[in-house]
Amino acid sequence: MKSPRIYNRIHPTGNMFLYSFSFYLFSTIAVLSALMVISAKNSVHSVLFLILSFVNSSALFVLLGAEFLAMILVVVYVGAVAVLFLFVVMMLDINFIKLREGFLQYLPFGVLLGAVLLLELSMIFFSNRLSKVTLVEFSTKPIFSDFENTKDLGNVLYTEYFYLFQLSGLILLVAMIGSIVLTLRDRSGVKKQIIYDQVNVDTVNYIEKKKVKLREGTNV
Amino acid sequence: MDNSLSLINDLIIPGLIIVAQILAIIIPVLLSVAFLVYAERKVLALIQLRKGPNIVGPFGLFQSFADALKLLAKENIIPNRSNKIIFLIAPMITMVLSLIGWAVIPFAPGWVISDINVGIMYLFAVSSLGVYGIIMAGWASNSQYPFLGALRSAAQMVSYEVSIGFVIITVLLCVGSLNLTKVVEAQSTVWFAIPLLPMFIIFFICALAETNRLPFDLPEDEASLVAGFSTEYSSASFVLFFLAEYASMILMSAMTVILFLGGWLPPFDIAPFNYIPSVFWFMLKITFILFLFLWVRGTFPRYRYDQLMRLGWKVFLPLSLFWVVVTAGFLVMFDLLPT
Amino acid sequence: MLMIIKTIKSFALLELFRGMFLTFRYIFKAKVTINYPHEKGPLSPRFRGEHALRRYPNGEERCIACKLCEAICPAQAITIEAEPRKDGSRRTVRYDIDMTKCIYCGLCQESCPVDAIVEGPNFEFSTETREELMYNKEKLLLNGDRWEHEIAQNLQSDSSYR
Repeated sequence: MKSPRIYNRIHPTGNMFLYSFSFYLFSTIAVLSALMVISAKNSVHSVLFLILSFVNSSALFVLLGAEFLAMILVVVYVGAVAVLFLFVVMMLDINFIKLREGFLQYLPFGVLLGAVLLLELSMIFFSNRLSKVTLVEFSTKPIFSDFENTKDLGNVLYTEYFYLFQLSGLILLVAMIGSIVLTLRDRSGVKKQIIYDQVNVDTVNYIEKKKVKLREGTNV
Repeated sequence: MDNSLSLINDLIIPGLIIVAQILAIIIPVLLSVAFLVYAERKVLALIQLRKGPNIVGPFGLFQSFADALKLLAKENIIPNRSNKIIFLIAPMITMVLSLIGWAVIPFAPGWVISDINVGIMYLFAVSSLGVYGIIMAGWASNSQYPFLGALRSAAQMVSYEVSIGFVIITVLLCVGSLNLTKVVEAQSTVWFAIPLLPMFIIFFICALAETNRLPFDLPEDEASLVAGFSTEYSSASFVLFFLAEYASMILMSAMTVILFLGGWLPPFDIAPFNYIPSVFWFMLKITFILFLFLWVRGTFPRYRYDQLMRLGWKVFLPLSLFWVVVTAGFLVMFDLLPT
Repeated sequence: MLMIIKTIKSFALLELFRGMFLTFRYIFKAKVTINYPHEKGPLSPRFRGEHALRRYPNGEERCIACKLCEAICPAQAITIEAEPRKDGSRRTVRYDIDMTKCIYCGLCQESCPVDAIVEGPNFEFSTETREELMYNKEKLLLNGDRWEHEIAQNLQSDSSYR
């Protein structure tokens, strides 16, 4: 059998149609599901749409050739964060109508936030640093090749951005310690199972043999 | 005219090839699922001094097909108060997720559908997504037992994924690439199961927890939760859950084989061993790991839920973290880091 | 020191491997399963299965319609009606057992002075409808004819204990 190894599934020049088709497919689903996140009546549905949005954005990352980022997005956000989200949302008994009451009150703030984000994005988009590489040009780069962006990412992270990287790790550590401290309570009188002790029970120390006389019994 | 020809050349023919490749993997996987179910019943029966299925076909080999037919002929009951769309989507998602992982599995040198550079990450991502089918099923059923099963599985899978992540990092430290083909090729001198034996055992146990197999099958613990997340399911949707569980078992064993048992490599690269085709070695090792799965199921009692969490967070997590540091230190100290 | 050895043992999963070795050995042990429809387990001669009405070797039915079985039946499953036959002997015209009521206690068999009603060794008489379990005299006599050999043998082997 010949090797079925195909690197350039989406061919650099030939399959522009397939490339743009999948781009528009994934981005449309991502945007629509993001819309559904904020408009769905049921909050569990919202989280599920959020997950759909995550998965589609990771597909977009794959199209861009950023396979490591795509996988990290799925593993971290979908595989761990959103599971906990879903966990909490499912457990809580939320009154959705009450939740919607303050919608108009917070609308100006939300619009402001969205506008700022839009402004930032458009600044990046129209700045000189990005505009050199257009989408079409970028997509002509081979996507699945021996070039490993995991390695490149690592090289950049651990050299150029080393301090920032360590700092972000520290921030996460502080957040973790903080949440543990907040929830850690030393309750007295709680009977705990110490498995190590249980496993290490031996017959010498824990079993006492007694002679029991007939019709008399023994004190325990 | 020219345009349509290029369409055929560029889209339809590669498309057909891809579909054929997918079928060439999925059909054997589903067939092996059927025989795995049979093997499980047989091995458990043998351990318990029973005979196991022996009526349908020679030695009862076609038992699973009879069971599948029976289930498919039944009525698909959708509970009245369930969330119908999610209720029906959940088994589909579970099934799809247990199958798409096979896209990156190298069966032999070059025998892989998609030889991507982040193969391990892809497998890890797919296995971490597996929890969604269960959560959605549990929630959409709108019933207590499935919901409890879903919560259990959510917590369990997230906990054990952390340890699996560290085990994978240890292997990657020794390989220097996330590409599964390269992972296997890096084991041509010695299988990672030997230098990384503790990690191999941790990975295997985590794989048991990740696939919800005994002794960690609390999401479908019949003693306390009826049938866990699949309580409300019947007929075809139950078949999908059932197939998915076993397909993901096979996928996890394939992952174990690739990471620790040298994939398609023969145990010794000498005459009688390397005459046997590599695919055969790969399958043989998968079969061995699957037998381990069944053997463990036949031997150990089920964990209690708090003990399960304790094992995941207080034993496996520190242990695997420790071993990551030890391995990294060892590799740096003796200058063995792969480039 | 003992602690250290124990810790090492527990981390080496020694006990788990021992358990797995045990189950592995059991795989090769002889199996206890009986291949049921093809093989059957032994039955005691006192086994109380499906009822049967017996006949004398000359073909005359044993039952003399004394109604002792009807009287003793704790589940009241037996219904008997009797009339003198043309030759003057007392015989049943109706002998019904409701098998859905019967609790298989064997008291009818014990009370019978002529060993007419017995509980035979047959236990595979499940039916698809409830009506088929209302046994009449004809059915019971038919059972007696079918199982006579086994019933006689069982009574013979048990007779020394009575």
